[in-house]
Amino acid sequence: MMGLASRQAVIQSVPAVVAIAIVAIVAAATRPHLAALEPVAGQDNGLRLGLGVLVVVFPALAGMFWGAPLVARELETGTFRLAWTQGITRTRWLVVRLSLMGLASMVLALALSLIVTWWASPLDKAGMDQFASFDERGIVPAGYAAFAFTLGVAAGVLARRTLTAMLTTLVVFVAVRVSFRIWVRPHLLSPVKEALALNPSSTGYGSSGFLPFPTAAPALQPAAPDLPNAWITSIGIVSKDGAPLTGSELARTCPGLGHGRGPGSGLSHRQAPPSVVNSMHDCVARIGVSFHEVVTYQPASRYWPLQWYELALYVGAALVLAGLCLWRVRHIG
Amino acid sequence: MINAIEADGLGKRYGRRWALSDCTLTVPAGQVVGLVGPNGAGKTTLLHLAVGLATPTSGTISVLGAPPASGAAHLARVGFVAQDTPVYAGLSVAGHLRMGRALNPGWDDGLASRRMSQLGLDPRQRAGRLSGGQRAQLALTLAIAKTPDLLILDEPVASLDPLARRDFLEAVAEIATARGITVILSSHLVADLERICGYVIVLTASRVRMAGSVAALLAADADRQALDDLVIAAMRETPGQEAR
Repeated sequence: MMGLASRQAVIQSVPAVVAIAIVAIVAAATRPHLAALEPVAGQDNGLRLGLGVLVVVFPALAGMFWGAPLVARELETGTFRLAWTQGITRTRWLVVRLSLMGLASMVLALALSLIVTWWASPLDKAGMDQFASFDERGIVPAGYAAFAFTLGVAAGVLARRTLTAMLTTLVVFVAVRVSFRIWVRPHLLSPVKEALALNPSSTGYGSSGFLPFPTAAPALQPAAPDLPNAWITSIGIVSKDGAPLTGSELARTCPGLGHGRGPGSGLSHRQAPPSVVNSMHDCVARIGVSFHEVVTYQPASRYWPLQWYELALYVGAALVLAGLCLWRVRHIG
Repeated sequence: MINAIEADGLGKRYGRRWALSDCTLTVPAGQVVGLVGPNGAGKTTLLHLAVGLATPTSGTISVLGAPPASGAAHLARVGFVAQDTPVYAGLSVAGHLRMGRALNPGWDDGLASRRMSQLGLDPRQRAGRLSGGQRAQLALTLAIAKTPDLLILDEPVASLDPLARRDFLEAVAEIATARGITVILSSHLVADLERICGYVIVLTASRVRMAGSVAALLAADADRQALDDLVIAAMRETPGQEAR
C-alpha cells in the first residue's frame, strides 16, 4: 500500500515540484542583484510581491487540487466501490493517503516558503517590518498547507462532489486565515503594553479604517513609536486609571476640533495652515495633561515563537480535520 | 459448511426510502449463484451490504461467517465487481494490476498477467479508453486475481453487447470451476444466468420468492420447462407487493 500510494503521491506532486524548482532558479538568479535594489520607501519590489503571493496561494491550491478530490472524486465517479473492496480497510486506505499527500503539501509549502524567505532576506532586513510578511515567510506556510489539505479532504467527504468541495475549501480557508490574522494571532502571546506621553507634534486627528468599510468616528491619532521589526497591534489614548479617551471628553477639551478648520481626515497635518497646526498642537498638549498614549505590540523577538505557535495551531487543526475525515469515511454507505 | 451469505431481517434505508427491507436469505457456498429480480428489487443494496460498502439499517448479515468487511483479512477473501465496473479512467491497465497487487495479500500475479494476455489488453492503455467489455474484464481480473473465496458480481454484463456478455460469463464460469469458489452474480435477465448458475435466488421487493438449485427447481415443476418461466412465475406470485 505504501509503495503504491507513494508512487501516486510523487506523480501528483510533479507539477508543484517543477513550479517550485522554477521559483528556486529565479530566486538564485536574481538574489545577487538584490543588494543593488535599495528599497525605496512605499515602493515594493514586484518580484518580492509576486513570490509572497505564491507562498500565500500555494496552501489554498493544495487544499483545492489535492485535498478536495481525494475522497470526493472516488465518490463521484463510483471508484470507491473498487477502492474500498480491496484487501485493506477504508481507514487504513485513508490514513495512508492523508498522511502522504498531507506531508507532501507541508514539505512543498515549506520548501517554497524557505526559498522565498532566503531570497527576500536582504529586503526584509532593510524594510524593518518583519511582521508585515509574517504569513509569507518562515515555517507557518507549512501549517497553512496541512490545514488547507485536510480541509479539502473533509469538504470532499462531506460534500461528496469535487467542485463543491474545492469552492468550499477556498472560501473556508480564506475565512479562517483572515479571521486568525485579525482575532487570534495578536493574542497568541500576551502583547507588551507601553505607556508614552502624548507627543503634540506627531499626533494627528482623523478616522482610521479601510475605505470600503464604515470608518470609526474621528479621533486623535498618535504616531506609531519607533519600534523596528515589532508588530504594533493597537495605539490608544487612556487616562491614568486606564479609561480610554472618549469623543465627548475630546470635544470638551478641544472645542471646534474637526469643524471645518482642521485637516478633515488623515494622519498628516503637514500641509495644514499654521493656525490649524498650532490649535492642534495646543489641543494635544491639553489632552496630554491627564491622558497618555498606550502602545500594544509584539516585540521583534516574538517573531519566531509566534511562527512556531501558529504552525502548531494550524497543524493541530489539520489533525482534528483528519480525524473527522476518518470518522466520516467509516460511516459512508 | 458455512454459508457464503446469511441475512436475517436485513434492511437498508437511504433517507426516507427503504432500498431493502426485512430480507432474510441464505446463499450456499461452493456454487455459482444467480440473484435475479426486477430493477429496484434491492439486489445492488443487498450486494453492497454483503461487501461492506453499505451498513445495515436493520437486521444482520454475515459473509463467510463474519460481518462484512470486518478487517483487511476478511476484505481480502471477498472479490467484488460493482455495477458498471468502475475503474480509474486515468490509470493504465498495468496501474490497476499494480494497485491490486499492493492492496491484496493473496494476489496471484501469474493469473492476472495470463488473463491480460488472453484478453489482449495493452498494459499501457488507460482504463478510461477501454471498451465496456474490456473494462468489465479488467474489473473481473482485479476481483479474481486477489484469489477470493467469494466472488460477488453486481450486474456485470448489463451494459455489455451480446458477444462481450458471453465472453465475460464464460470467464466467470471457468474461474468458478477451476477454483471451486462461490460466485454470486446478479442480473435482471434470467438468460444471462441460465448458462452458468447452478443455484438461483429470485428477489422481488426485498423478498425471496424462490431459492434452490436450478436442477431441483426444474425437476419439481413438470409444467414449466425453462428457468425463465419459473423465475417469472415466482416474481408474479405476489402481486401488489412490488417495490415500484
